[in-house]
Amino acid sequence: MSTPVVESPRASRVNYLNVSYGIRSWLFTTDHKRIALLYLVSVTLFFFLGGFFAVLIRLELMTPPGDLVQSETYNRLFTMHGVIMIFFFLIPAIPAVLGNFLVPLMIGARDLAFPRLNLLSWYIYTLGGLFTLAATLFGGVDTGWTFYTPYSSTYSNSNVMLTAVGIFITGFSSILTGLNFLVTIHKMRAPGMVWFRLPLFIWAHYATSLIMILGTPVVAIAILLVGLERLFHIGIFDPKLGGDPLLFQHLFWFYSHPAVYIMILPAMGVINELITCFSRRRIFGYSFIAFSSIAIATLGFLVWGHHMFTSGQSVYAGMVFSVLSMLVAIPSAVKVFNWTATLYKGSVSYQAPMLYALGFIGLFTIGGLTGIFLATLAVDVHVHDTYFVVAHFHYIMVGGTIMAYLGGLHYWWPKMTGKVYPEGWARFAALVIFVGFNLTFLPQFVLGYLGMPRRYHVYPEEFQVLNVMSSAGASILGVGYLIPMIYFIWSLRYGPKAPENPWGAKGLEWLVPSPPPPHNFDVTPVVTGEPYDYSPKSEGAHVR
Amino acid sequence: MAHSPIVPQRVYWLVFITLLLLTLVTVDVAFYDLGWLNISVALALATTKALLVVFYFMHLKYSPRLIWGFVGAALFWFLLIVGLTGADIFTRDWLPEPPGWTSGENVP
Repeated sequence: MSTPVVESPRASRVNYLNVSYGIRSWLFTTDHKRIALLYLVSVTLFFFLGGFFAVLIRLELMTPPGDLVQSETYNRLFTMHGVIMIFFFLIPAIPAVLGNFLVPLMIGARDLAFPRLNLLSWYIYTLGGLFTLAATLFGGVDTGWTFYTPYSSTYSNSNVMLTAVGIFITGFSSILTGLNFLVTIHKMRAPGMVWFRLPLFIWAHYATSLIMILGTPVVAIAILLVGLERLFHIGIFDPKLGGDPLLFQHLFWFYSHPAVYIMILPAMGVINELITCFSRRRIFGYSFIAFSSIAIATLGFLVWGHHMFTSGQSVYAGMVFSVLSMLVAIPSAVKVFNWTATLYKGSVSYQAPMLYALGFIGLFTIGGLTGIFLATLAVDVHVHDTYFVVAHFHYIMVGGTIMAYLGGLHYWWPKMTGKVYPEGWARFAALVIFVGFNLTFLPQFVLGYLGMPRRYHVYPEEFQVLNVMSSAGASILGVGYLIPMIYFIWSLRYGPKAPENPWGAKGLEWLVPSPPPPHNFDVTPVVTGEPYDYSPKSEGAHVR
Repeated sequence: MAHSPIVPQRVYWLVFITLLLLTLVTVDVAFYDLGWLNISVALALATTKALLVVFYFMHLKYSPRLIWGFVGAALFWFLLIVGLTGADIFTRDWLPEPPGWTSGENVP
């Protein structure tokens, strides 16, 4: 780290890590910071499990024939990859790890509003995860992560209900986290921390929490209805019983499209903090970015039908959903333009978190723009269910969310652990991940446009070169993800001690020691100015 | 709620008895064929019961406007899912089917 490391005079005091020891002190903790670390360990385990399935998928796709696994096994591999990565990594990653740790610290509170509920949400997440792990061990599930009927109902031949129950349970963890954030942000802000002095990370988490609370129950209902139809033959989705198969897709995507915004909105929140800190500039258009988060959360609920353009949905509904989908591009673009405007004439430095932030902006832009292709009715008919779609959503979920998650993890690592990670290795890993990611997924846009369908383990020979490029990129990406894992663990033992504010950043979380004391603030701070005041004339943090 | 008034027990008993009565009405009404009114009556009864629970047992009546806002948001989101799903289901025959394509022919 280029900033000189100076040990804080308060560093030797009691902090949330050394206040108590032993496994019980962790399993029964109600400290939001410790719960964040519990989540960090859990989501990391699921990330590498989901990654393991991705490795097998890319190995199979190295060659045109199905020579590594059979088609049934392949169906299970991509389903388990999707289920684990989406429900057990991408959705909880930023809110449950970084959000849990930072929301109270950033608004000047001592904890979340409901600390026990917070711990309960981790237990619920773990229970849901155990169900899904059990389903994996018993042979997995083969419906695709979307559980479309009739694959998941009439023609199901794998562990559908076990996995679905796991997701049903985990949904409640998400609802509780969202509820906790909403109440905390409304009720526990420090004196002077008015709405328009909130860090944009908080606005992003507020918007995310709205989606968690309003959307998650609907996917739970959809899963419950599949269960009712399977067990009691109540006609909901099966046309023979008087149901409508598309109703499942409506209910599923009413949650699962906004779920993409559960993944990307907190990521955008992280990027605001990184861009301002490493360009030493006040954010450009604070209120536009704040309201664009709310706009994305709201508009995100109006676009789900774009997943159903070729499903038999009415053409009229298709047109409505197409137009509404285009609207989401507006608040998304507002954010991208405002970040780049913030960089303009900034004093930009290229520490590892900033490399991830810059990578995010580029990759999210590609992911977002290709989303407009897919929202266009006629183009979607051509590329629907091809690798074009796979590339598009990986640019948002991996290029967007994981880049921001890693950027945020590096940025706040000194605060969370009190240790500094090796900056040189971190920059190297960021570059490896960026190169590996693009080599993996850029060829998939071409593959999809040429007509290679997703979810097949065999393909014509003319697609091999692009598939080998993709698999080669995936191996680079895999190494890229392992490097931070290694040096983060290394830094816990051997890393130099972190000062209070290694980046010279603004924000209440940087005013407390690293790692923070158990109750965050000895004296409740009083906020007297705006966030992101990096101007040379600034008198330091507007806090007394 | 810290500032909510103390509600007399009588109110809770009244609501409870009303809910029981409405449940009896719900069961009884199921034995009459009201034609196109069947679903409307059942939904009206269910909505009344839900409102009583939300307003009295869940204390919405005595809650600050912020809570009203969140309940309103939940209702609005409910209308969204019904409205936009309806935008598909009720408009499927707005465009003529292609020649030779008859509804239901391919259903197993």
